[in-house]
Amino acid sequence: MGGREATLVLLDENGIRCDGRKVDEPRRIMIKAGGLKNADGSAYIEFGDNKILVGVFGPRDVHPKHMSNTDTGILRVRYHMEPFSVTERKNPAPSRREIEISKVIKEALEPAVMLEKFPRTAVDVFIEVLQADGGTRCAALSAASVALADAGIPMRDMVAACAAGKAADTIILDVNNEEDQAGQADMPIGYMPSLEKITLLQLDGVLTPEEYKKCVETGIKGCKIVYELQRKALTDKYFGNGEK
Amino acid sequence: MENKRKYVIPGDVITTGPFRPEQNVILDGNKIISTAIGISEIYDDSIKVIPLTGKYIPKIDDLVIGKVVSHTSLSWELDINSCYVGFLPAQDVFGRDFSAHADELSSKLKAGDLVAARIANFDRTRDPLVTIADRDLGKIDSGHLVSISTSKVPRLIGKRGTMIQMIEMATNAAITIGQNGWIVVSCETPEGLLKAKKAIKMVDEMAHVANLTDQVKEMLESKGES
Repeated sequence: MGGREATLVLLDENGIRCDGRKVDEPRRIMIKAGGLKNADGSAYIEFGDNKILVGVFGPRDVHPKHMSNTDTGILRVRYHMEPFSVTERKNPAPSRREIEISKVIKEALEPAVMLEKFPRTAVDVFIEVLQADGGTRCAALSAASVALADAGIPMRDMVAACAAGKAADTIILDVNNEEDQAGQADMPIGYMPSLEKITLLQLDGVLTPEEYKKCVETGIKGCKIVYELQRKALTDKYFGNGEK
Repeated sequence: MENKRKYVIPGDVITTGPFRPEQNVILDGNKIISTAIGISEIYDDSIKVIPLTGKYIPKIDDLVIGKVVSHTSLSWELDINSCYVGFLPAQDVFGRDFSAHADELSSKLKAGDLVAARIANFDRTRDPLVTIADRDLGKIDSGHLVSISTSKVPRLIGKRGTMIQMIEMATNAAITIGQNGWIVVSCETPEGLLKAKKAIKMVDEMAHVANLTDQVKEMLESKGES
């Protein structure tokens, strides 16, 4: 994925997008649960050209001690992009954007994770973006949720995430890097499919109320696709070689 | 009632209706939702999920194997393979007339020692209080420590202890199982020790297999002949 072409057609007359997808078609998604031996739980996701690795530790002792909460456990999330994850070297120090995404993902996971069962402990989620291509926060959130389940941390529901947006005056599912840069709106959504609740909703761009509604609906459809893959990743790992 | 088993992941609706939620399930309206990866079981009017992953959470009356980490002048701290440290007060070992001046804690238990202990008290506000004042509890002098996943401990014990009895009988080993996933195996013959350890590892790796008992038995017997 190189730089943007001068004349990029986001949507051609046949309704095919710049990377050959249909309007309501997500990118190729692959999720794998486990894989890291030393972490309590882990997951790897390939979301189009995004490649993200997530490791989870905990519940464990809180250090520094003053951060601990006697009423509940705490969730700590670090989202980090590798220097080689983008075309031009990224400084490995946490940027303003990474700090924000860490916070956003943490708040999107909190409604699902039952931290109140482990007072005075911390659950740490480490997200490493190995390769970025637009929509990393959604991919990272989906993978983090699988890693948390793999670590055996009690959760009310899985959190699946997918973005929707608007490009060439059309609502599209799963915005890629080009569409994000040249498009009109980008809306990442985090969704708990069984509880039917939204845990993350951001919007960058301008939408009419009708478009907004359609965008949310499209995004949720995408989340449900992601959820099926999350389920598959976990069932493959835990129930892989034994039938019901 | 039929004992329905199902593989579930967090968020799965196990069933709806008037059931009593037990381990690893929550009630949302009239839906019963799993909170862990595992196998759901319905018994009469209650529902639970047997988890396949996760850390050990102390429960009162559990037998655990602890490793002494350090001590203060009044108590020891035990690593019990959990997110909390076990707290063993000195009175428990020295008796009622314990004196912080006269008695030296490291004379009884040193850092690195293994103990079989029981969780005496645990709630959300404090670290688990453990005791070794009971029969079969106390310092472990000999044996090999084997660590398995906490969620597989019930499988290792088996229904009414069948699995562990079988391993003990076949290898002549004495096995102490801590609910925290730490197991001490001691045996007079090295062959028995190796075989018992192998059987335990086998249960850990193949806990989800249906006829595990037979397979373990086969392994124990086959080695015995050769």
